[in-house]
Amino acid sequence: MTVFLQTLVAGVLIGGIYSLIGIGMSLIMGVMGIINLAHGQLMMVAMYITLVLFNFLHLDPYFSLLIAMPCLFLLGVFLQRFLLNPLMKIESILPENQVLMTVGIGMVLTEIARFIFSSDYKSVKTSYSSSAFFIGNISFNVPMCIAFFFALALTVLLFWFLLKTDTGRSIRATAQDKDAATLMGVNTGRITVITFGLGSSLVAAAGCLLLPIFYLFPDIGGPFTLKAFVITILGGLGSTVGAIVGGVVLGIAESLGATYIGMGYKEMVGFVIFVLVLIFLPGGLKRLTKV
Amino acid sequence: MKSRNVTLIVLGILFLLFPLIIRSDYYQHLVIIALMWVIIGSSWNLLAGYTGQVSFGHAIFFGVGAYTAGILTTKLHISAWWGMLFGGPVAMLIALFVGWACFRLRGPYFALATLAGSEIIRLVATNWESLTDGMVGILIIQSFRSKLPYYYMVLALAGACIYVIHLVMKSKWGYYFVSIREDQDAAESLGINTTLYKNISLLISAFFAGTAGAFYMNYMAFIDPHVVFSLHYISIMTILVGIVGGVATIMGPAVGAFIMVGVQETFRSAFFGLAPKWISQGHALVFGLLVIFVILFMANGVVGDWAKIKRYVFRIKA
Repeated sequence: MTVFLQTLVAGVLIGGIYSLIGIGMSLIMGVMGIINLAHGQLMMVAMYITLVLFNFLHLDPYFSLLIAMPCLFLLGVFLQRFLLNPLMKIESILPENQVLMTVGIGMVLTEIARFIFSSDYKSVKTSYSSSAFFIGNISFNVPMCIAFFFALALTVLLFWFLLKTDTGRSIRATAQDKDAATLMGVNTGRITVITFGLGSSLVAAAGCLLLPIFYLFPDIGGPFTLKAFVITILGGLGSTVGAIVGGVVLGIAESLGATYIGMGYKEMVGFVIFVLVLIFLPGGLKRLTKV
Repeated sequence: MKSRNVTLIVLGILFLLFPLIIRSDYYQHLVIIALMWVIIGSSWNLLAGYTGQVSFGHAIFFGVGAYTAGILTTKLHISAWWGMLFGGPVAMLIALFVGWACFRLRGPYFALATLAGSEIIRLVATNWESLTDGMVGILIIQSFRSKLPYYYMVLALAGACIYVIHLVMKSKWGYYFVSIREDQDAAESLGINTTLYKNISLLISAFFAGTAGAFYMNYMAFIDPHVVFSLHYISIMTILVGIVGGVATIMGPAVGAFIMVGVQETFRSAFFGLAPKWISQGHALVFGLLVIFVILFMANGVVGDWAKIKRYVFRIKA
């Protein structure tokens, strides 16, 4: 029973961070209708920024949030403005041009990181990296808990932004119906740019939060991109609430899989969920709630 | 029409004579690899270019074909050449499942499912050691020392593949495929069973990719999960071959395959030893940059944008 509870706690905690990654992708999916296959790679960039700040300025990874998030926002804005938006005007036979473009962006980011930092595994050792506290028999890893609450706070902040501000409303309007939003005077071109920046900075936050827990290498992006789209499919395309639930479900499922099936199959769990959702629940969790 | 036939015949003769004139093993090897990519690229083009179902994981079918040939040798102790017969059909079985799961849905599901599928199957091939020998890979003994038999075999296969796709696209099926790409609702309302025809397109595509995989096993004589199920070097390369050459053109992937193998080899060998060594580490970076460049400036590829390229080049000359 203790083992089960411990697994569950670990799953929920990592699930919080997965949610943060998933929300970013969901936002982009909702507004532009494309899956951003450079999502994990953007997180990798944020992690390297955090690492550099830690190594040279000895900045705490959590403090780097304030630097990495704006940096990635700008990177996201740049990518959307100069690489993805121009594609809308190009006549092409292939429907998935923008998705392909994100694959290319992801490859370039990974290889640039490899050029600068080499393929070595790096990690950040902080005083609290391996500390934990206990409630009953269950141990809570401190950086995981901090990360979870940061993720929670950012999510709340994001929802406030989406629900209460004008820009947030415009984003939701564009996601619902692009043409109608344009007719209502929303500058949808600018909204896509802001959304991509927002999605990138959310995944940057996830990167900063993960750095004290994970080790870092240039290819770390790929697996996280895959996790992010599993979450997006599981939650329902474009649904931010779905992405939160999907992230936690994926976290718990991976954690259970690692404990009861074996570490080698941990990565498989997400894909099994993906296939099951595709077959039995096309449309994802969004379908169950009708939200 | 006449002049096109003449061009084709001349090209055919050139390809037949090539290994007899150029005796270097290295260049013969490059052309064999390029011809193999012609098969994979053309098969992808049928599915993505003509039917509009972009596959991000053609490595699934390629790898399954290769593993079929390999496992026939290691487990059943028969020649890996049987794989040429069974590689395609086994890849089609996998394709049947993929198609059944994805083609009922619209949206990016197929692209994502193929991407996820190639990861799943790579993990399975890595972990199911009793069948695939996991990371150790499969090593067989090459049947021929000379490259000539392989050359003519892959040449015949590539020719057959292009010809079959040409025939399919001239038939009724071809028009169904294009109508699905252009407007699925309109196609449906005209009474075309879109799910069925998407599946047919996928099956033909998987067959050729699987056969190419089986050929790869026989030719290279060594495979492991990270080579044949690689996202970058198989799946992305396939897409690049397709879009560099030109999607939805018969000869596009053939042109693209030669360009891409040329680019890949140029960078892998650091401009044939002329440039500093570190360039060879950057060939994945070049791949990524090429994806971005091609999509931005040559969305329809060399063959599709030929008129545009010609105009541009002539203007520079004038």
